[in-house]
Amino acid sequence: MKVTLFIPCYIDLFYPQVGQCIVRILEELGHGVVCPESPACCGQPAFNTGYWDETRTVAVKVMERLREAEVVVIPSGSCGAMIKVFYPELFAGTPHEALARELAPRCHEFSAFLVNKLGVTDLGARFPHKVTFHDGCHGLRELDNKQPPRALMAKVRDLELVEMSEAETCCGFGGTFAAKFPMISTAMGEVKCASALETGAEYIVSCDSSCLMHLQGLIDRQRKPIKTLHLAEILVQR
Amino acid sequence: MSTAATQFKRDARRLTADLRHRHIIHSALSQYEVTRDEKKALFQDWQGARQLAAGIKWEAVNHLDRYVDQFVRGLEARGTRVHWARTGQQARDIVLGILKSRQARMVVKSKAMTTEEIHLNEAMEGAGYEVVESDLGEFIVQLRGEAPYHIVFPAMHLTRGEIRETFQRKLGGAPSDNPEALTMVARRVLRRKYIEADAGITGANFAIAETGMISITENEGNARLAAALPKTMITLLGLEKVLPRLEDLALFLPMLATVGAAQLISGYNTMYGGPRQPGEADGPEEFHVILLDHQRTAYLADAEQRDALHCIRCGACLNVCPIYRNVGGHTYGTTYSGPIGAVITPNLRNLQDWKHLSYASSLCGACSEACPVQIPLHHHLLRNRRNSTRQKPCWWQRTAFRGYALVANSCRGWGLVTRLGRFGQKFHGLILGSRLDPAYAWTKTRDLPPIAAQTFKEWWRRRGKTRA
Ligand code: SF4
Repeated sequence: MKVTLFIPCYIDLFYPQVGQCIVRILEELGHGVVCPESPACCGQPAFNTGYWDETRTVAVKVMERLREAEVVVIPSGSCGAMIKVFYPELFAGTPHEALARELAPRCHEFSAFLVNKLGVTDLGARFPHKVTFHDGCHGLRELDNKQPPRALMAKVRDLELVEMSEAETCCGFGGTFAAKFPMISTAMGEVKCASALETGAEYIVSCDSSCLMHLQGLIDRQRKPIKTLHLAEILVQR
Repeated sequence: MSTAATQFKRDARRLTADLRHRHIIHSALSQYEVTRDEKKALFQDWQGARQLAAGIKWEAVNHLDRYVDQFVRGLEARGTRVHWARTGQQARDIVLGILKSRQARMVVKSKAMTTEEIHLNEAMEGAGYEVVESDLGEFIVQLRGEAPYHIVFPAMHLTRGEIRETFQRKLGGAPSDNPEALTMVARRVLRRKYIEADAGITGANFAIAETGMISITENEGNARLAAALPKTMITLLGLEKVLPRLEDLALFLPMLATVGAAQLISGYNTMYGGPRQPGEADGPEEFHVILLDHQRTAYLADAEQRDALHCIRCGACLNVCPIYRNVGGHTYGTTYSGPIGAVITPNLRNLQDWKHLSYASSLCGACSEACPVQIPLHHHLLRNRRNSTRQKPCWWQRTAFRGYALVANSCRGWGLVTRLGRFGQKFHGLILGSRLDPAYAWTKTRDLPPIAAQTFKEWWRRRGKTRA
């Protein structure tokens, strides 16, 4: 299969290793990978702030780039939901609506692609650590992605998954929300971190680097004894 | 920024830093979640039940003209006086008019958010009436001069100790902070009031079109007393409370109890169909029903958000909302707080003054998932944001997003921003976390990761070249 990879802006800038791990995983599974160099973003910051016209400028470009793709893999539940769920509403009643609707089912969040589309769960990984999993809200509630990451982690040798009580609670990132209401965002992050620490895990794992950026930022500032990792980074460990 | 927005931010800052508040609310609601899930599990098909409930509400709201009319005819046939109030002012005037004509002095109320919505208590007190809230939680916040903290649990932010202290101060005695002892104190005070009151005011949980009846569900029996003992009963309800059929309650009553209070069914479920009929032993001599519009028909005209009128005020969306849990109910400064408040307040009042509530959300969707009548609350928050920028864009934000679109759409532009960011970052340490820091909103409490020495796109390009 020829996979088109959509790399979100923050993965490009801050977490290139996540994208690299995904390329490696897909290629090892025998798939060809292409990655359009632009646009760099799905348009979510403008969309969530209410600037839908400005969002469409970016989103049209995204759709044009992905138009020919056989399948699109997006290493983020959040950007995945933007393209799959919100583009159709964003373009409702415009000439691009049909394309948005047609594109949606060809786009997959990374873990869902492996498990639901390829039927792969065992990638031969080994990670001898105790981890807890953070469900990114968009992946969980817009894309119904509860099971795929867990199915993948279940096959990682020596990995111990301890669920935290607040696994499904938002980490408080929320894009521009984190900057508009930093006090609320921070409090939410603290609740999340406290719940993760309670499990005694060494790592918080997630399919969303944006949530992890927020949590790691708090962890570093408050010097908490836990680290964050994207699921893809675990799946390449041997 | 509007005054309301300034107040919201100020109170949010205070409450999010208040670890005692965080602990009280989180432990109360975590306990609620456990019990609620046990009750939910008793439904054979919870998602099916939500679907059905949403369908019934859709039917009612989209045929409101017909069902409200049927409801009113049923009520009037048994001698109930029905009043129509387009505005809060009209509703207040109607209530005051009834109280005056009945020469009332004291009014006992059962819990009704609609009366909070139109600030009825202030109006009645201003006109010289004594007003007593009879729901225990409402009674407590009334003694403290506070607004309800939550639409279902008005006093959930208070500890037993605080309640005891309030009783001691206001009622002159509370033996201990044992919940039963405290309840007995309140009961002694309230029992007298029911007998002395000239009028009882209630809200409604549902209005049944088929039979022309009001349905009230409660746990303390106080609504029954407030309705049955005084000579005059007044019920104030929003137009959207209508359900088509009596049998719909078989779904809605357990559903409301389950998500609202983590109970399978509430303690008292009563139907009120009219004043005392000839030959009946008790009940009010007069029964007045006031149907309140207060922007509901304007909401009805908005096809995109009409389903917000499905709301049965169960409070489930508040309970699961991480924003609500961290900022608390009073911070919203509105009658309806939490996600449903953030959705409807900007539309019921003024979009520009209240839009901050729609922005104060991470859009996590826990509310929509919890809502028993399937209102897509977090999607409506997005739509409110869109409407507010359409109505009144903020010039610098729009410019920033236009610039961002240009940059994001071009490889060169993005490459330039990457390099600029890397350069700027070298000096970031000097001002990190200070007011000079352009990323202050983030860096005040959180570290920012560095831009990678080689971004993904740079790596990808180079890899392409070496492979070629
Ligand atoms: S919006 Fe839904 S969850 Fe929130 S109070 Fe209304 S019915 Fe309950």
